[in-house]
This record gives sequence, structure tokens and C-alpha cells, in this order.
Amino acid sequence: MSPVGAVVRKELRTYFASPIAYVVAGVFLLLLGLLLFLPILAISNQSLQMLRLQGNLPDINLNQLVLRPAFANMAVVMLLLVPMLTMRLFAEEKKLKTMELLLTSPLTITDIVVGKFVAAFSVFAGMLALTALGTAALGAIADLRWAPVATAYLGVLLLGGVFLSVGLLASGLTENQVIAVVLSFGFLLLIWLFDWMGQLVGEAPFGKLLSYLSPLGHFDNLVKGLVDTKDLVYFAAAIIFSLFLTHRVIESQRWR
Amino acid sequence: MIQVEHLTKRYGPKTAIDDVTFAVEKGEVLAFLGPNGAGKTTTMRILAGSLPATSGTARVAGYDCFDQPMEVKRVIGYLPEIPPLYTEMTVTEYLTFASRIKAVPASQIANAVDQVMQRLGLGEVRGRLIANLSRGFKQRVGLAQALVHNPPVLILDEPTAGLDPKQIIEIRELIRELAGSHTIILSTHILPEATAVARRVVIIHEGRIVAQDSQERLSARLRRSEKVSLMLKAPPPDARDQLAMLPGALSVQQEDANTFLVEAELGRDLRDDLARFTVARRWGLLELKLVTITLEDVFLRLTQEEPASESVLHSASQEGGSDTGEVQV
Repeated sequence: MSPVGAVVRKELRTYFASPIAYVVAGVFLLLLGLLLFLPILAISNQSLQMLRLQGNLPDINLNQLVLRPAFANMAVVMLLLVPMLTMRLFAEEKKLKTMELLLTSPLTITDIVVGKFVAAFSVFAGMLALTALGTAALGAIADLRWAPVATAYLGVLLLGGVFLSVGLLASGLTENQVIAVVLSFGFLLLIWLFDWMGQLVGEAPFGKLLSYLSPLGHFDNLVKGLVDTKDLVYFAAAIIFSLFLTHRVIESQRWR
Repeated sequence: MIQVEHLTKRYGPKTAIDDVTFAVEKGEVLAFLGPNGAGKTTTMRILAGSLPATSGTARVAGYDCFDQPMEVKRVIGYLPEIPPLYTEMTVTEYLTFASRIKAVPASQIANAVDQVMQRLGLGEVRGRLIANLSRGFKQRVGLAQALVHNPPVLILDEPTAGLDPKQIIEIRELIRELAGSHTIILSTHILPEATAVARRVVIIHEGRIVAQDSQERLSARLRRSEKVSLMLKAPPPDARDQLAMLPGALSVQQEDANTFLVEAELGRDLRDDLARFTVARRWGLLELKLVTITLEDVFLRLTQEEPASESVLHSASQEGGSDTGEVQV
């Protein structure tokens, strides 16, 4: 087994040996189910009203009216829950001094960082796969266009990757899990707000840069069904950059 | 097998180890002895490749610990001061993970884990969570982790810390068993431990090596005279003066009402003469023994600026006589 594979397996084992993965996935799925159900309820009420007033059913675009807000809300839920998946990854190793085992085994720091990221990403992807049940159920009873659904899922997956890599970096900075959560939450909210700040700055290059740095616009494009290389490059670069910083942080801690 | 040359490590303005130089031959057991905070752990962490040195070189099996860390990490087994245990894993899971990251070929992992568990007597707890094990078992699991890939070099930081006397003896026996086929460096602040397992001792104090040699030569270096301790049941009031008259006796000290310390010149054993002398006078000879300079004495002399007083030497040597007693410096 490759060294990365050994780290991935160990991390997955730890996720499911503790209640963390179950609790995070459970809360995530519950909120997501509600976020999908509430817009459907609202629309069906509106449709019934229109049927009574005008005598005919309006032409409804479910992708536009239900899925887009559901995915946007999913991003907010992820902002809150994803740091819970990453807080433990380095902080606990440092606190329990097990980092010493990893650092004195023939593993590179890249093996460790990538292994931990891949494990967290797999858990997140599994959670996401379960939400697909709700979407599939909706598709079975209503008329959905599947291509934008697929790109929206790609968007959530990539956004989750960015959140996880930032969370991993935060966990690498401290040996306290609470501090790791607060740091990653604060940092994610900050880059989230870059979009708004960019809009306030306006058309100046600095404003555009701020907006580009925020994941919000890139995510929104994918949810709309717009696949642009510019957005994909953004996500890949953001993940790789965070993992690179994590590598530097762990490497520098050896010197202290 | 291990060469350390002019190794220095500074944490900011604080110097943890200063110009440390020593070497360990293949199959040798070397004990690192020093009080807490002397720099033992720092040196071992540098050798294990988890800490870079400020200056100087460390080589293990010919590989440089800084330039070729991967090769070094493959040939060492390292037990840190706090065993690095994943407490939510079972013993089997933990050792399987350890052998995977230590590059044991996949087909041999199960076998390697079984062997090391057998060697350390972990079979009965193989399925238990590490969190629920006793301190002694945890320490053994930590040691198993260092041994699972059968490395030629072992670096053990305080391998018997926190164990009960029976467990200490077991671990020492294991280390003796491993010596010869493995090169071992172990650290301790417990003096009898160093003598029990290692032929060579490096004494480190405030980051500097103050002495390194075999135990016999260390004590020989510091011995200036032969001393005999004598315990009498009924010594007359002037026993001290009478003893001083004995040919060969340089000086006599009275330790308490019944105990005397007779000093002779180097190489002269007064025990036989003293026995005849006291028995002939019916003073009731209870005990007669040669006072040897123990590692404690060496240690105290080397690490204290002023020479240790005679009474400290004497009482320390008596404690040092028991092999399993923990005498902490």
C-alpha cells in the first residue's frame, strides 16, 4: 500500500470510529432535506393560489426555483459544518503527540497532507452522494433538467474541497480543535465576503480581484449550469494553494 | 552505526544541546544519562529525523539525518518519551497502521504484527482499544510500534518511564535480548537502568556531554582510594583510633555509633585485615563491604561543580546496590 493510502485508511477509520462523521453527516442531511422541501412547499402553495385566481397553472422552472436556492443554502450549511470535519486532522495529532510517529516514519509531509485531505474529501463526497437521494426523488415526480443538476453537484464538490483544504490548514496551525474550527470558519467567511466587498469597490481592477478570490461567483456559475474553465482553475488553484500552505506550516513546526 | 559530530541545537536564545559528539558501534547498547531537561530528548529527536539540528552532523547507518531523512527513517525504530498512540484504535489496528507507514511489504504486515505482539506479550490485548489499556501495556504498544518493521537501529526515549518494577525488568530483558542484533540508544534519568542494560554510558548535563565511557572506566577514573565500610555490634569508645592504627589504613571516619569508613591507598584491599582485627577484639563484626564508586557518584561528581561530600557518596552507593530500585537524580 502506498504511504498516502495508509494515511487515508487510518483517517477514514478514525472518522467512523468517532461520532463526528455521523453527527456532521446527519445534521447536514437533515438541513439539506429541509432546504429542498421548503421551496417546494412554497412553490406548490403559490401554484395553487394562481390556479384559483387565474384558472391555469404557471410554467414553473424547478431548476431555477427550487434547486438553485437549495444549492446556495447548501453552501452556507457547508460553511458551518465542513470545518467540523477538518478540525481534528492535525490539531489532535499534535495534542496527542502522534505527529511524532508520522514524522519519524518514512512518510513525506506531502503524503501526510494529501492523505488527510483525500480522507476528509471522501467523507464529504459520501455525504453529498446521500443528498442526491432527495434530488433524485424530486426528479422522479417532476420535470428536472439533469445537466445543470450535475454541474451544480460539481460546484458543491469543488467548493467543499476548498473549504476542506482551508480547514486542514487551520488545523495545522494549532493543537486546539476549537481554535481550528474558529480559524477556518473565520477565514471561510472572510473569502465569502470578498464577493460583496468586490461589488462595493466596483469595476476597478481591485474590485474584480476581490470578487475573483471569493468562491461565491465561481460556485454560482456552476450552479447555474455554466461550466467555465476560469472557475474550474479557480477551485483547483485554491485547493492546491491551501494544501501547499498546510505543507509549509507543518514543515516549519518541525523546526520549533 | 551512529555517528554524531559537533551537534548543536538552539531554540531561539536557549541552547538545548551544545557540541555533542559520540558514536555507537553496530550491535552496541548506549545509555544516555542525564537529569530531565539535559538534552537527551532533543538529541534523540534529531537522530530520529523529526527535528533538524542547528549545526553539526548526525549519521545513522551511513545516512545523513538531515539530507537523507527517508533512508534514516527506514532503518530506525523510535519510541518517543510519550508513546505516540492512537487511543481510539485497537492494538492490532494500530500496529497494522504503523507497519504500513513504515513500508513493511503488504504481504508481510500480518506476520510482522503477530511476531511483535508475541515478542512483547501483547497477544491477550490485541483486540482491545488502546485507550483502555494500562500504562504498562501502552508503553509496550509504543515499543511494538518501534520494532514492527524490524529496524537495525532503535532509539528509545525513557523506555521504562512510568512502569512498575516487574515491567521494568521485562523491558530491560527485552533490550538485552535485542542488543547484538540491533544497535540501541536509550535515554534514562534512572542510574541503575543505564548500568543494567548498557555497557557504555554517555552522561549529558545542560546540553553538554560531561563524560562518555564504559561504566567501569568511569568509576575507575574517579576513584582515588579504596574504601571499606564496617559495621560493628559493640565498638569500644576509642574504636576509631584503634582502627586508624591498622597498618595500611590512611584514615577512618565514624559514620554513626556502629559504622566506620576505612580508607586505604588505591589497590590495597583491607577487608581481610579488618576482619581479623575486629574479630580478635570481639567487637561483633556485623558487616564488611568494599565501597565501590557507582554511577551515581560519577554522575554527581560530574554534574555538580563542587565535589560531592563523602557522606553523599556513601549513602548513594548503598542505594545503588539494588538493581531495580529507582534512584532519581
